[in-house]
Amino acid sequence: MNGDDACCEGALAAGCRFFAGYPITPATEVAERMSHRLPEVDGIFIQMEDEIASMAAILGGSWGGAKSMTSTSGPGFSLMMENIGLGICTETPCVVCNVQRAGPSTGLPTLVGQADMMQARWGSHGHYEIIALSPSSPQEMFDFTIEAFNLSEQYRLPVMIMADEVVGHMNERVVIPPADQIVTVERTAPTSDPAQYLPYQPDASGIAPMANFGDGYHMHVTGLTHDAKGYPTMTAEAQAWMVDRLIGKIRDNADKIISYDTMFLDDAEIVVAAYGISARSAKGAVLAGRQAGLKVGLVKLNTVWPFPEEFFSHLSTKVKALLMPEINMGQMVLELERLAQGRCQVVRITHPGGAIINPSTILAAIQDVFEETK
Amino acid sequence: MMLATEALKDFEKITPKKIPEVEPFSQGHRACQGCGEVLALRLAAKAVGEKLIAVSATGCMEIISSPYPQTAWKVPWIHVAFENAAAVASGVEAGRKALIRKGRFPDDGAKIVAFAGDGGTADIGMQALSGALERGHDFTYICLDNEAYMNTGVQRSSATPYGAMTTTSPPGKKSKGQFTWKKNMPMIAAAHGIPYVATASPAWHIDLMNKVKKAVTVPGPAYVHIFSPCPTGWRCPPEQSIETARQVVNARIFPLFEVIDGRFVLTRDIKKPIPVKEYLKGQRRFRHLKDEDIAYIQERVDADWERLMALVKATNPETGE
Repeated sequence: MNGDDACCEGALAAGCRFFAGYPITPATEVAERMSHRLPEVDGIFIQMEDEIASMAAILGGSWGGAKSMTSTSGPGFSLMMENIGLGICTETPCVVCNVQRAGPSTGLPTLVGQADMMQARWGSHGHYEIIALSPSSPQEMFDFTIEAFNLSEQYRLPVMIMADEVVGHMNERVVIPPADQIVTVERTAPTSDPAQYLPYQPDASGIAPMANFGDGYHMHVTGLTHDAKGYPTMTAEAQAWMVDRLIGKIRDNADKIISYDTMFLDDAEIVVAAYGISARSAKGAVLAGRQAGLKVGLVKLNTVWPFPEEFFSHLSTKVKALLMPEINMGQMVLELERLAQGRCQVVRITHPGGAIINPSTILAAIQDVFEETK
Repeated sequence: MMLATEALKDFEKITPKKIPEVEPFSQGHRACQGCGEVLALRLAAKAVGEKLIAVSATGCMEIISSPYPQTAWKVPWIHVAFENAAAVASGVEAGRKALIRKGRFPDDGAKIVAFAGDGGTADIGMQALSGALERGHDFTYICLDNEAYMNTGVQRSSATPYGAMTTTSPPGKKSKGQFTWKKNMPMIAAAHGIPYVATASPAWHIDLMNKVKKAVTVPGPAYVHIFSPCPTGWRCPPEQSIETARQVVNARIFPLFEVIDGRFVLTRDIKKPIPVKEYLKGQRRFRHLKDEDIAYIQERVDADWERLMALVKATNPETGE
């Protein structure tokens, strides 16, 4: 199946029972499949009037108690930004899949891009932390969508799947394991006396247990700065308490959230770090480099936000260079540059969008760096 | 205020012998065979003439008429995003007005026309449209209604008719297809109290052109809703496009009317309507409908027609109709 379909199946396997979306190339197939599949499992599919409404509806759906999701691309992702911030502030578990195309604006609707990576991180106003995953195959579209739901339920926030047009539209074999082998996480329900319940007071895990509307707990959900009761509290102190918590719950758990795969790192002098479809191009280049006798390694990022800061900071002391191919003009590579602090060379392999980066382009960059650092 | 009535007093009608020869929208675009929408767009552009400034929302018409080398526009044309054609048209009008006031360039009588499909009008673009109509900009908004999101591959919109199959309203055990009634955009536009609202069908091409010409003639905002058959999305033969656009009117499903300064005028009375079944059976998007579904559609179409007739009567007391 294709990546968009695999995303839909992953969502259903994770327990998603509400999808609100809007047609947009190249993410439409997720919605189309949801419109067929959700009624089969007594879930609800709604086609909303735009992406603003789609994002808002899944926040409502989540408070209604259903695991909720939307999917979109470029312009739709931009329209969702305000409500993503609302989801962050109200700590609402949900999943947003962005099948990236080339921008800005309408850009190249049918062709690949990876240029929304910083938008995923910073697109809504205010300061916050997010979680974003980047699948590089239909199988990972399935697996990472389940993971996205689990992370969203555990940490109570919108989790993004930063896919791309090629991964969304490519057809590959996808193994769907039996249901009893799929690990799913549910939001922690409050056990306290409803009279004592504080909807934003973290428990020992650092996350506040979440009651759904109708569970019998008094709920007050707002995008205004709020205290543990959920009531708007417009003071700098309340702001500090809330923002520290929103940021802390991700930063403090970054080790548990972050996932990456490595190849040939033991003796690597040059390491290519990549995500999404570009990670597959990078893998091809690294394998070809090894065949040519070059000591090159690969880091494939599964989680893109939070970024593996400690890992790359350490890696930068051991290698001559870090290379990052990505289908934008240099976004995630800024993180590498920041973390390397000049301890190793950081090389950008950029592409404005519309096509994938060829493994040969990455291999040539690897060879150039080896020549320069000889 | 009888803005439209006053402006249309000496309206020079387009007649079969006086069809404008200008083609602001040229041949060589890449629309599908039998596209009723592009035909409507071409006729509308002819009716407006060379003074047209086109503001295009995202949609089929954008994608079939703008990419090089099939660019079909001979007039100033701006593609905006999906939701904002009416807002951008508002800006174009206001910006020009400011420069004309300052004497920076002469008032050349340009006609600002925003157009969008049914999704860009009734769903995502509704807020921008309502704002522009309320503010009273001198522009015309044309909705080219092909009853679904065809550009992305036939997904339902709020203008998709009851029962229709689309890729996001699939009929099956748990669904009849589209389960809501088509949103009535012309009435929503009319509720803004703007000078001119009309519905049109490419099966009556002279009528269509005259309505667009009236729309750009009246000062202030005007709204024209054009029924635009899509053989690709409706699963009907391309050569039946015009016939389909005729049947929908003759079945009283899509009445042709104008609202001039709040006065409802029926521009084509259908004294002996064809059954809605006649219209529905020609399109495979309705193939799954059962007799009881068709009976329900007939009932609602009849009720909507009666309501429209009552509005015509109520707003034309002097004619005694």
